[in-house]
Amino acid sequence: MGLPLFPPGDDPGPNFSALVQRPEALGTTPLGSGATAPPGPGVTVRHATTVAALRYAQGVVMAGDRRATEGNLIAHRGIEKVFPADRHSAVAIAGAAGPAIEMVKLFQTQLEHYEKVEGVALSLEGKANQLGQMVRDHLPMAMQGLAVVPLFAGYDLRRGTGRIFTYDVTGGHYEEADHGATGSGGRDARTTIKLGWSADMSRDAAIELAVRALYEAADEDSATGGPDLVRGIFPVVATVTSDGYERAGDDEVAERFAALVGRDRRAERP
Amino acid sequence: MTMPFYVAPEQVMKDRAEYAQKGIARGRSLVASVYDAGILIVAENPSRTLHKVSEIYDRMAFAGVGKYNEFDQLRVAGVRHADLKGFAYSREDVDARSLANLYAQYLGNVFTHEMKPLEVEILVAELTDPGDGAQIYHISYDGTVTDEDLFAVLGGETDTISERFSSAYADGWDLDTALRAAVTALAGPDRTLGPGDLEVAVLSRANGRRAFRRLLNDELARRLQP
Repeated sequence: MGLPLFPPGDDPGPNFSALVQRPEALGTTPLGSGATAPPGPGVTVRHATTVAALRYAQGVVMAGDRRATEGNLIAHRGIEKVFPADRHSAVAIAGAAGPAIEMVKLFQTQLEHYEKVEGVALSLEGKANQLGQMVRDHLPMAMQGLAVVPLFAGYDLRRGTGRIFTYDVTGGHYEEADHGATGSGGRDARTTIKLGWSADMSRDAAIELAVRALYEAADEDSATGGPDLVRGIFPVVATVTSDGYERAGDDEVAERFAALVGRDRRAERP
Repeated sequence: MTMPFYVAPEQVMKDRAEYAQKGIARGRSLVASVYDAGILIVAENPSRTLHKVSEIYDRMAFAGVGKYNEFDQLRVAGVRHADLKGFAYSREDVDARSLANLYAQYLGNVFTHEMKPLEVEILVAELTDPGDGAQIYHISYDGTVTDEDLFAVLGGETDTISERFSSAYADGWDLDTALRAAVTALAGPDRTLGPGDLEVAVLSRANGRRAFRRLLNDELARRLQP
């Protein structure tokens, strides 16, 4: 690898995805959009499932379960689907796990690369748009059955509020007013959040609602993992506020689950 | 047929070196020093937006003096190199030594083969990982690399600034002391430099994954108070 210098008319600027594809850089096409054949019937691909996000008083909460499946098998019990995109945003993934995690890695590098080259971070809207372009570039793979659908949320420093964006496989991105969810259990998660959400929730209440949404999704959807008390595996829950991305500790999430399960048990007693 | 005049290679190199040195000496200087929690870089720079000191990667910083467009191009190439390497391999595999060598190779190449040498002197600073060491690579316009363990001075009048700074240098000093010593060394006996004339950044172990941080307005003014 030499020093990546380009003549002025041919400079990729702060765009890392464009840089990676240069033959003199890495020469690889990220997100492998060159796929030509669908995975055959014998090929099963790891899939990751329910992720949800909701707004609260100080920013946004994002949560994702830990299960990956291959067909009807559980492929991984501790996979992580919620990642920091940069200091003030988070991205969560649903769909084919391999390309999804690759997309997150590219997205993280892209945001940091822009920030370093330009000296200022992208606006939240700019970040959401960038992720949309990556999803769109991945469309050929999605048509082969390897769809990736992310969920993006962050704290908008200019507006002083948390914002959430949902995506479809074509790269279309849509801003949600208060909450969003995606993945096979996304519908159940979203309904739960819809019923429990109120404006200006506290951090604790928002985390509890997110955890509850995943719990309900796991209850209805076989591809979504619930809390694993035997192995001590709990969903990844993170908050993004003006102070930045912060992952909630496993202890805190476990405590929320315990409270939730305890309450449900009492309620169900005749 | 016309015969080109013979010019001795020594003369060519001397002329180019002189040209580059003149260009660099026109600009203002910069001091980088190790302190107890990382590396401090202080540049004399009245501009708030055209930076001389910037972030390259998690534990690496870049600083340049001389012609702005030339060292800025090198800075961007460094960011690209580091991000590509981190993307292809792992974040841990990105190191300052290989980047310093690439810079040296490029600068050396331009110095001997191009019409005009680059009028820049650059610095790549790194907090070593694992361990709590620090490394400063100083690369000059002709591609000479030197590695410094304690401090480096770039730009014009390096000898006098370095003399002033080394007499003040103390092992394991804290940020504020190091900062004030660097500013005094840059200013010399006849001038004083305020926060508005300085660009200051640190690579600090306390900053988490991305160690680079700028010291801006109020914080800088506060730290400069004795």
